[in-house]
Amino acid sequence: MTQAEIKLCSLLLQEHFGEIVEKIGVHLIRTGSQSLRVIAHDTGTSLDQVKKALCVLVQHNLVSYQVHKRGVVEYEAQCSRVLRMLRYPRYIYTTKTLYSDTGELIVEELLLNGKLTMSAVVKKVADRLTETMEDGKTMDYAEVSNTFVRLADTHFVQRCPSVPTTENSDPGPPPPAPTLVINEKDMYLVPKLSLIGKGKRRRSSDEDAAGEPKAKRPKYTTDNKEPIPDDGIYWQANLDRFHQHFRDQAIVSAVANRMDQTSSEIVRTMLRMSEITTSSSAPFTQPLSSNEIFRSLPVGYNISKQVLDQYLTLLADDPLEFVGKSGDSGGGMYVISILTTCHLLSSFLSRFGSRCARIFRLVLQKKHIEQKQVEDFAMIPAKEAKDMLYKMLSENFMSLQEIPKTPDHAPSRTFYLYTVTILSAARMLLHRCYKSIANLIERRQFETKENKRLLEKSQRVEAIIASMQATGAEEAQLQEIEEMITAPERQQLETLKRNVNKLDASEIQVDETIFLLESYIECTMKRQ
Amino acid sequence: MASRGGGRGRGRGQLTFNVEAVGIGKGDALPPPTLQPSPLFPPLEFRPVPLPSGEEGEYVLALKQELRGAMRQLPYFIRPAVPKRDVERYSDKYQMSGPIDNAIDWNPDWRRLPRELKIRVRKLQKERITILLPKRPPKTTEDKEETIQKLETLEKKEEEVTSEEDEEKEGEEEKEEEEEEEYDEEEHEEETDYIMSYFDNGEDFGGDSDDNMDEAIY
Repeated sequence: MTQAEIKLCSLLLQEHFGEIVEKIGVHLIRTGSQSLRVIAHDTGTSLDQVKKALCVLVQHNLVSYQVHKRGVVEYEAQCSRVLRMLRYPRYIYTTKTLYSDTGELIVEELLLNGKLTMSAVVKKVADRLTETMEDGKTMDYAEVSNTFVRLADTHFVQRCPSVPTTENSDPGPPPPAPTLVINEKDMYLVPKLSLIGKGKRRRSSDEDAAGEPKAKRPKYTTDNKEPIPDDGIYWQANLDRFHQHFRDQAIVSAVANRMDQTSSEIVRTMLRMSEITTSSSAPFTQPLSSNEIFRSLPVGYNISKQVLDQYLTLLADDPLEFVGKSGDSGGGMYVISILTTCHLLSSFLSRFGSRCARIFRLVLQKKHIEQKQVEDFAMIPAKEAKDMLYKMLSENFMSLQEIPKTPDHAPSRTFYLYTVTILSAARMLLHRCYKSIANLIERRQFETKENKRLLEKSQRVEAIIASMQATGAEEAQLQEIEEMITAPERQQLETLKRNVNKLDASEIQVDETIFLLESYIECTMKRQ
Repeated sequence: MASRGGGRGRGRGQLTFNVEAVGIGKGDALPPPTLQPSPLFPPLEFRPVPLPSGEEGEYVLALKQELRGAMRQLPYFIRPAVPKRDVERYSDKYQMSGPIDNAIDWNPDWRRLPRELKIRVRKLQKERITILLPKRPPKTTEDKEETIQKLETLEKKEEEVTSEEDEEKEGEEEKEEEEEEEYDEEEHEEETDYIMSYFDNGEDFGGDSDDNMDEAIY
């Protein structure tokens, strides 16, 4: 793991789980798999703290464990999974667009808690939804279960590996750690639950109950004693599926930008058809015949078969290789290849200027090109061209290829060609992105720390106002309290809020880029 | 990259390859050598891409901030232990500042986790047993006259009750050696009839007097 990634992971862990978990997590990421005692010794934290932290990390699927010989359990952290935490809001928003609020809350609960049983999720979501509804209405468990089942069917949530059920009773002591197995087929099987119930609204009477002395409260056993029907079956959010969805979205929008709406619809149909048949990391989808595509086009688009064929040919001929033709039998088989980084990289180079972008695109197109030819083709004065080429070279976006004319590689008689390797350029950019997000997070934390006193004061004032409103205070009193925060302070708060929002929005945007770059790199590595 | 920069600084004639082929002609001015680290905030030559705005952007932004806040409230957020204060206070005994014995606030499914990760909670039981144990030796060392024997029998009756409890507890202990006991908060709370806020040690007192800012604060 690169330094930038480790730094980013540590910032994320610290923000979401606290410092102890951060220390342990970063240590594990840096040093690979280790056992409990070694971790405690190396990080200098007490054994109890380490145990707590590991529990949290395992619960959230950030750390996995393995039993080795002699009963030693070793823990290993997954750095990439930690980096996914940046993307949680995007996952939740996507579910909202697909499955409305119920789905959104389901995924949110799963992401916040790591893994949960289905009944627990349904209960929590129903309770949350009931609170937002008007008085008197409650959310039925059945509706939430339905949405859950739909999410499972489209593979957005999946089962966690579970403890294997051993039929024979082991004479020896139980293993120190269970080895979790998961059957491919069972991953999306929803257990047959009949969850009957309605969401509970937190009524004001509950608040009165809390006021009573705690000693008089009855023991908290009722919920635990009932056997949970789906005990042991835990669900987690299937991040790969979300990634696939993002990828499809990116492709469709790219096609729409390049051509028109209809072709993007065609591409979207093709992608949807192959959603479940293709695994998320395959570079190509399964070939689909044009007849199938024609049949599955959405109803609104009544285009004839010939037009469809024309569109497909157009897509196949496009130099960006979105759709490729493989085989020419019957209606022709069309295959989609997933390569969206080209236009992304060139949009990135807008940082260096449009002329740089021009040169870059030129070199990309020509694959290998000499210095002089760059000037001629790009129609840029020699000095500027040289300058930009070297700038890009020094930033590793380009590389030099030597082609000797003579066997002794004399410099005066060698061709030097500029070439672009997208893979290394992508890696470089990715590294930069990690660094920039780490900087953004740090800056945000710094800003918040600077103004901590002010923030706390405003929070206190809000709390006071809220409580006074609840007990029915007069307008004048509320005014008085609001004036506790002076005008310049208010302005400071405003600025702070704006800055923090800006930083957050930039984080989100950089994360989108990271996603594209990562999936591109993954794709290309698989192909090779 | 370092060698390239160093090469330019030393002098143009000392490069290993033919300079002209790469494009630096004779007499061209090269950029001056860099003698200090690059500025912390270099001026931006080009405007950056605008941030995502509009309904989607705002919603995702709000979600992000909400999530951050929510995660801090969950039991998964482990705060470092509060440092011990200078003087021990009576109210400390009744203030439950954190989970008992450094255990975790939530209940994971222990079947799925390695056994070594479970933190054993045994303090209170041990305390109880140690309190009751001292009563036992007096029982065995007594061998005096009748009055003392009467006292003894009375004592024994008392201790029967307590030793029964004792034996029960020991029996439970043995049975549950393999399993872990969950700490029972109720028993601890039953030791006092007061609600927990009775033991408020007045640390928050100063904050409540912000209501009347009209009065001068001396």
